[in-house]
Amino acid sequence: MIGRIGRKSIGLVSELGELAQFGASSMGSLFGQRHVFEKLFRAMYEIGVRCIPITLIVGLFTGLVMGLQLYYVLTKFSAESLLGQAVALSIIMEIGPVFTAIMIVGQAGSALAAEIGIQRNAEQIDALRTMRINALGFLVSPRLFAALICFPLLTAFFDIVGIFGGHLTGVEMLGVDSGAYWSRIYEGVSIKNIMDGFLKAVCFGFITTIICAFQGYFTHIKASVPGARGVSESTTRAVVLSSIAILATDYLITSFRL
Amino acid sequence: MSNAFLQIRNLSKRFGEQVVLDGIDLDIPLKSHTTVIGQSGTGKSVFLKCISKLLVPESGSIRLSDSSGEIPQCAYMFQQNALFDSLTVFDNVAMPLREKSRISKSDLAERVRELLRQLDLEDAASKYPAEISGGMQKRVALARALITSPEIILFDEPTTGLDPQRKFAVFDMIRNYRERFGFTVIMVSHDVPEVFGISDQIAWLDSGKIKFWGSPATLLESPPRDLEEFLDPKLSTETSAL
Repeated sequence: MIGRIGRKSIGLVSELGELAQFGASSMGSLFGQRHVFEKLFRAMYEIGVRCIPITLIVGLFTGLVMGLQLYYVLTKFSAESLLGQAVALSIIMEIGPVFTAIMIVGQAGSALAAEIGIQRNAEQIDALRTMRINALGFLVSPRLFAALICFPLLTAFFDIVGIFGGHLTGVEMLGVDSGAYWSRIYEGVSIKNIMDGFLKAVCFGFITTIICAFQGYFTHIKASVPGARGVSESTTRAVVLSSIAILATDYLITSFRL
Repeated sequence: MSNAFLQIRNLSKRFGEQVVLDGIDLDIPLKSHTTVIGQSGTGKSVFLKCISKLLVPESGSIRLSDSSGEIPQCAYMFQQNALFDSLTVFDNVAMPLREKSRISKSDLAERVRELLRQLDLEDAASKYPAEISGGMQKRVALARALITSPEIILFDEPTTGLDPQRKFAVFDMIRNYRERFGFTVIMVSHDVPEVFGISDQIAWLDSGKIKFWGSPATLLESPPRDLEEFLDPKLSTETSAL
């Protein structure tokens, strides 16, 4: 029993080490690549532009629900005028970065793990190596840097739409004063709060992209079965581990920054 | 083993406790076609992957006979071609130069189009690999290998899964283009005795060692006894089929 726990622990530490090494190599591999901006823009389209609709939809509904829920909580304390501040702080500091990251992982992260996994199985990664092309620089680095740019941008979209969603339910439907809603946001939300939210988004972007790329890149080693089922297993694991990593990192950053 | 262009000495590779290559010595003459044959699982593909540096051998050296430098540029033809399915034929062929050289766009396009013309692939330039036949995919993979003008091309079982007619078409393609472009071929194949027709040398890999190396004619005239046992069923099947 103790031996099993020990082996699992060593395996976990070893995998974290491999992940860190993979992340560092991927970061460094962008330099020396040819056509960097072309690759970066393509990756930004995949991660950023294609995730805008889902981010806006989820952001709007989250704001609507937040406005509704917080209104009923705040009315108990006759503090409904604080609705704007409560909605904005919750979204900017916690819900915005976390939900956006989970949405991007669901759409772009799973696609990244599956695409790289299929490329591994089809020997395309080996083909890159035989052509003396740095596979990490070609496949992973552009997406990693694109994620560092797109995660905060999409989080900003989520935040804006979410706050408008809260306004729709709180002000338009439930009758909270519009001036109070916006002035409370102006008074209660600081630049530090916004920067904390973006810091989380950048961290989530880095961690989830590395996890998804790592699972796809080593699908031939990490998956318990080869072929299509192995890729499916790697993709599932990429999404699950990324989601856990988002929540764990969120807790860590919050506890350090508050 | 004289007249060597590429010298392979004491090449060894193991996976855990399993020794796959056990001190292989082999000389590859310039612009020749060497085929490595052997039972399944004897490490033929591992041998090619060690030459192409996809695998790192435990010991041994692979070097040019006339210099002490690194082995020359090798291109690798994978069993399943390993083409990028989201790129067109043109982009697949252009990729090695696009990513590794500072060639201008117009020069690159000209070079790719010329190569596609030489390999009768002009009409397929804008198509995706899934939209062309298996034979054309092989030629696209060969074009991608040839674009950097490699001195050596490694073929990993290029005829796996093909019917006899297509097998011969692929062998003809390799022979024709080798004669035209003048590269050295190292090929791994199961197709005995069909490969004898296009090979200058046959290397028989068994139990991690090269047990026979020589011309197909020598092999057929006086094969070592255990190689005879390997060849016999294949040759008798071939004869009965005829």
